[in-house]
Amino acid sequence: MDFADTPEEAAYREKAHAWLQANAPPGTPKADRIGGRDLEKARAFQRKKAEAGYAQITWPKEWGGPGGTPIQSVIYGQEEAKFGVNSAYFSIGLGMCVPTVMAFADDATKTRFVGPALRGDEIWCQLFSEPSGGSDVAAARTRAVRDGDDWIINGQKIWSSGAHYSDYGILLVRTNMDAPKHKGMTMFWIDMKAPGVEVRPIHQMSGASGFNEVFFTDLRIPDSQRLGAVDDGWKVSLVTLMNERLSIGAGTAADYTAFMALAREVDLDGQPALRHPALREKIADWYVQTEGLRHTRMRTISALSKGQTPGPENSIAKIITAVQAQDMGAEAVDMLDQYGIISDPAVALQGGVFEAQWLSGPGSRIAGGTDEILRNIIAERVLGLPGDIRVDKDVAFKDMPTGR
Amino acid sequence: MNFDFSDDQKHLKGEARRFLEANCPPSKVRVVLNDEGVTHDAALWAAVAGQGWLGAAIPEEYGGLGLGHLELCAIAEELGRVVAPIPFASTVYMLAEAVMLAGSEAQKQAILPKIAAGELIGALATSEGPGAPTAASLQSTVSGGKLTGVKLPVTDGDIADRCVVLAKENGQPGLFLVDLGGPGVTREQLKTLDPTRDAAKLTFKDAPAERLGGAGEGFDLLQQVLDRAAVLIAFEQTGGADKCLEMAKGYALERYAFGRLIGSYQAIKHKLADMYVKNELSRSNAYYGAWALNTNAPELPIAAAAARIAACDAYWYAAKENIQTHGGIGFTWEVDCHLYYRRSRQLGLVAGAPRAWKERLVSQLERRNAA
Repeated sequence: MDFADTPEEAAYREKAHAWLQANAPPGTPKADRIGGRDLEKARAFQRKKAEAGYAQITWPKEWGGPGGTPIQSVIYGQEEAKFGVNSAYFSIGLGMCVPTVMAFADDATKTRFVGPALRGDEIWCQLFSEPSGGSDVAAARTRAVRDGDDWIINGQKIWSSGAHYSDYGILLVRTNMDAPKHKGMTMFWIDMKAPGVEVRPIHQMSGASGFNEVFFTDLRIPDSQRLGAVDDGWKVSLVTLMNERLSIGAGTAADYTAFMALAREVDLDGQPALRHPALREKIADWYVQTEGLRHTRMRTISALSKGQTPGPENSIAKIITAVQAQDMGAEAVDMLDQYGIISDPAVALQGGVFEAQWLSGPGSRIAGGTDEILRNIIAERVLGLPGDIRVDKDVAFKDMPTGR
Repeated sequence: MNFDFSDDQKHLKGEARRFLEANCPPSKVRVVLNDEGVTHDAALWAAVAGQGWLGAAIPEEYGGLGLGHLELCAIAEELGRVVAPIPFASTVYMLAEAVMLAGSEAQKQAILPKIAAGELIGALATSEGPGAPTAASLQSTVSGGKLTGVKLPVTDGDIADRCVVLAKENGQPGLFLVDLGGPGVTREQLKTLDPTRDAAKLTFKDAPAERLGGAGEGFDLLQQVLDRAAVLIAFEQTGGADKCLEMAKGYALERYAFGRLIGSYQAIKHKLADMYVKNELSRSNAYYGAWALNTNAPELPIAAAAARIAACDAYWYAAKENIQTHGGIGFTWEVDCHLYYRRSRQLGLVAGAPRAWKERLVSQLERRNAA
């Protein structure tokens, strides 16, 4: 048992680090990341990565990857994280959308799209969630109706990250109202700049806008843009979601060390708040969670290092981090008494990071799988408990109760 | 990156599981549970000694297998799974570790080979009443090589041959070795929350005692012993917690209510998912503790505290929610759930309650940040 790289891993790490040192752009301030202001810088670096064989490390050579191993991908990710590089623009496209295109499109389409996406020339987004179905993706109501060799699409998608700067998207739509919900959907790829596509940013309760609504009004696309068989879109979407890449990176939220720094700075009952037993217990619990997750990642990486398939243990991560971030934000704000209400980064302590975390907390517990859905996934896929009894499985979609 | 047990260690763990499933079924644990006169499973203790486990981490020159602490962690997890009713922790994690850590050559020669051979049961006596003992509260004293004082509860105090005792000598706290078969020792069995483990009140009156380690080092040494024990106990706790999850899952997959398997209700699914999350946190923190223990890393105090906090939390949650998942049947004497409920608390207290470990952890973090 040790934390050392194998000689091959160490050599790869050294090479990757040296390359990053020579090529990584200076880190990007968070404010620029949110607004997409560093997009061109990110594109330039993505192109360099692709040329050097550090983009999509596990992709085979025929699709422009270096044909590397999962552990190499992890090592590169660890090294890149040290440089504060923003690769988020490309992760949904390269991690989920393009692999779906690679699995279901014809050769000409693949040849057309894979290379530009890999080099960052074109960005992809995913158009799955709808106002009528957040966790229940198969409740999609956006309609595609056949018109000769074309399809006409009308409806609305929501929570589409990066749709406002994306060039293409993969779109899950209803093509059969008479079939049960999972058996009447079809997947397409679309041009986000086509007439009939309108992207509107969502104003989140935290004030930021990382997501979008996307409206389709008589969007006309040829049948050649279909991915997989008609009415078989659910199966295609499962391939997309399966490709969700192994997230090995550390969380970006403030952690127990930041909380300790704040508690050292703040006076509580005539002494540093850090002396307060109630807060010390919280810090201990957060430490145990944070380090437990770090070591869980180490176990996953160890399996990859041996060429084994990791166990399901990494599935616990988001349930813990999202709740912890929200709780820590609340404890930090409470610690400050009345002053805790101030969110202005210029006035708030620690640059307002905990106030911001308190405000973004509810979103973290919902995005990318709610706390509840993640528990269902652990219960069903890891522990093997039965799925819920379903009232919507064998009912024609048009006959489903929908509420508002 | 190889943050995992080796193939040999995993093989040992598999062997240990098979051996314990054959030699320590619940029916054997219940013999100790049901009969107040039975303090432990002596046959299992002899069989475990025969496997060489008692000396797994004891060097070969002292009659052990000289394997290492990772092997001992692997065994500990399996002992925890079957709630083994034997004085393994007291003898191996407490006495043997204390002697290996601080014993003179003569003390090592006198004690370690006998532990490895299964000829000597150990105990650790620190508590004198409610609350953890402190330098101020400690009443037991050693004077002229004779110990006087009262210790309770002492896990396995009823059956131990040799005991490590925390006491003051010339006003300085120290650890002392006492032969419980010698003069000046009175033992009274105590009724506890976990009757599958023995506990006693020990009264010493001029009992011969020899110091273990330096004068005045008592609390420092004790903490070092507890750091080591905490990691090993964390593996027992993780094993027990995993078993609770398996029991709860098994029941959820066979019990029907309102026309459907109870495992199909989200109230049960989310409960079991939470168990899984806590158990994995416990396992990962225990692994880090195992690494720190095995390499004697400076991170051991922090790693041990984290392992203990996570393991206490996971085992308690799994043990209580396993009963809840079972419903009424889980509250009966005949169903095994309560064996784990009891043991979760026994292990959660025997090396000190989690609250003290949380304080210790944060103190260590402050020190680390200051450095």
